[in-house]
Amino acid sequence: MDLDALTGCLASSACLVTQTTSGFIIGMLLFLVAVGLTLIFGVLKVVNFSHGAFYMFGAYFAMTAYQLTGSFALAMLCGAAGTALLGLIFERVFMSRVYGSDVLMQLLVCYAFVLIFDDVVRMIWGPEFKSMGMPAAFQVAPLFIAGGVVPPYYLLLIGVALAAAVILGLGLARTRLGKVIRAAAHNPGMVSALGINTGLIYGGVFALGGMLAGLAGALAAPVRSLTPGMGFSVLIESFIVTVIGGMGSILGALIGALLIGMIRSFGSLGFPLFTEGLMYLFMVIVLVSRPTGLFGKEVA
Amino acid sequence: MTELQAEQGAPALDVPRTEAKPRRNRDALIALAVFVVLALLPMVFSSKLLLDFVIRCAAYGLFATSLNLLVGYTGLTSFGHGMFFGLGAYGFGLMMQKTGVPIPVAFVATLAITFVVALVIGAICVRLKEIYFAFVTLAFQMLIHSTILSWVSLTGGDQGLRGGIPRPPFWGIDLSNHLHLYVMSCALLVIGLFLMHQIAQSPFGYTLRMIRDNATRASFIGIDVWRAKLTIFVLAALFASTGGVIMALFVSGAYPEFAYWTISGEGIFINMLGGVTTFLGPMVGTVLLLILNDTVTRLTEYHGIVLGIVILFFAIGLRKGLMDFVVEWYARRRAGSGERS
Repeated sequence: MDLDALTGCLASSACLVTQTTSGFIIGMLLFLVAVGLTLIFGVLKVVNFSHGAFYMFGAYFAMTAYQLTGSFALAMLCGAAGTALLGLIFERVFMSRVYGSDVLMQLLVCYAFVLIFDDVVRMIWGPEFKSMGMPAAFQVAPLFIAGGVVPPYYLLLIGVALAAAVILGLGLARTRLGKVIRAAAHNPGMVSALGINTGLIYGGVFALGGMLAGLAGALAAPVRSLTPGMGFSVLIESFIVTVIGGMGSILGALIGALLIGMIRSFGSLGFPLFTEGLMYLFMVIVLVSRPTGLFGKEVA
Repeated sequence: MTELQAEQGAPALDVPRTEAKPRRNRDALIALAVFVVLALLPMVFSSKLLLDFVIRCAAYGLFATSLNLLVGYTGLTSFGHGMFFGLGAYGFGLMMQKTGVPIPVAFVATLAITFVVALVIGAICVRLKEIYFAFVTLAFQMLIHSTILSWVSLTGGDQGLRGGIPRPPFWGIDLSNHLHLYVMSCALLVIGLFLMHQIAQSPFGYTLRMIRDNATRASFIGIDVWRAKLTIFVLAALFASTGGVIMALFVSGAYPEFAYWTISGEGIFINMLGGVTTFLGPMVGTVLLLILNDTVTRLTEYHGIVLGIVILFFAIGLRKGLMDFVVEWYARRRAGSGERS
């Protein structure tokens, strides 16, 4: 425990800005992963335990595309599109076979793929740490806000994540497709009786969830190191986020992700060894006081 | 066809049939026989590898079977059951390293600690249902794991409890002797399984099945569901903790991985592998997983892929655990031959 460091930071505007920014980027990356998780749970009622693997694949796809083409935009596109395709295949070929059977069976299929995906990455890209490197466009002097250092790339990252949140939120609330998806979440039997292909919707939602996680991985690739198994800690954290926010709630995922981001960022100053413990403690407190999460619907 | 006959033709519920009378004596005899066979094993096969294998089976088997009391019998999918395995290992290891009390005292004290911790955590967790129960148990598990990692002065942090666990002889038993440790582990395993089977077959055990199948109905006929869930949560924790004690004795230490969530994940996996509707399913699963782990890690460095494919075979191919599959297949065959005769 190092409470002096924490209070010292809270008193200095420079440190406050730096830590808040870092909390923001952790939160925004987590949000992209968690919102896919929450979406898949909301519509398919499946807890996608392999979701972290999509984050990992997003990062590796982006790195490979960047090394091949040198284009940052193309790297992001590859990360997102590649994982979307992977999600679609995974859902149609494997997950769709265990709908309606025991929840444990669904978890088990996902767990199997966590093991398989990690080994596939190890086979293709090797077991050692990789790094994509910061694209030249962002290798410029950092901004100084109230004495705090803010790399320009962070602003892009936060901007993209916020844009995804807004597009997703509006898309689900306002568009016809959004309505169909929400209807399928609520009553798949009725939706399919109306002549809408629910299998397509399930696959599409899974692909969308995979794409968001892949985008998060691609965005994280320049600032984090890549390793097989990197999806795992992200997965656990995004679970915490969805549970705190309420399973199935997009706003909940956003708030939960930001809370966890800040806990990690400021917690690492005050409790360097117990930062993870703080997150779990927070999760326990939320679940005990509100069993369905902050924005979850009360289930009878 | 009368209505009664139609009802008889309906598929049987997924509930084991009630025994007409308690079979405690028969069970005790079987347990004794199994123990004798296990204890005599070293005379036939002197391989240390085999004995090690049985000790590991005892540790994980107690853990997995106790988890099945929650998952299979009560419908409580705990993702944090491993915390009690870790608690047993650390509690016992620390007690032996720091206090120097005799082993039986340390064992009972570890169970007492587990009892208190499980009572507190369980009282909070069993209020929640389904996926939320799974998550809150996972959170508690990780909280304990984080505590172990950060409380370096007591637990040694990520290095684990090293330096060996002292094993002073007691009652003529010397656990630093490999053979004594083996027989002791077998005894704990058999006693543990016997007790858990008694719990599962008792009226309380049937109350648990009822809560699993229809908690609302159970509470309508006057069962205190919360209390029953808490009781089985605490009981299961005690057996998991015993598994942890065996593990700590076996490796002569305790490591943070013992309290990591993957232990709980493996426990669930073992249960799914072996099957959750039979009492011995988790034991079968334990043996399967350990054999699988040992052989696959020896054959290939990509054991995740092989293990994953095996899991897929069970999840998508069989759609149930091995024992469940066998029992169902046997029942179908018997029903089939019954119709022909």
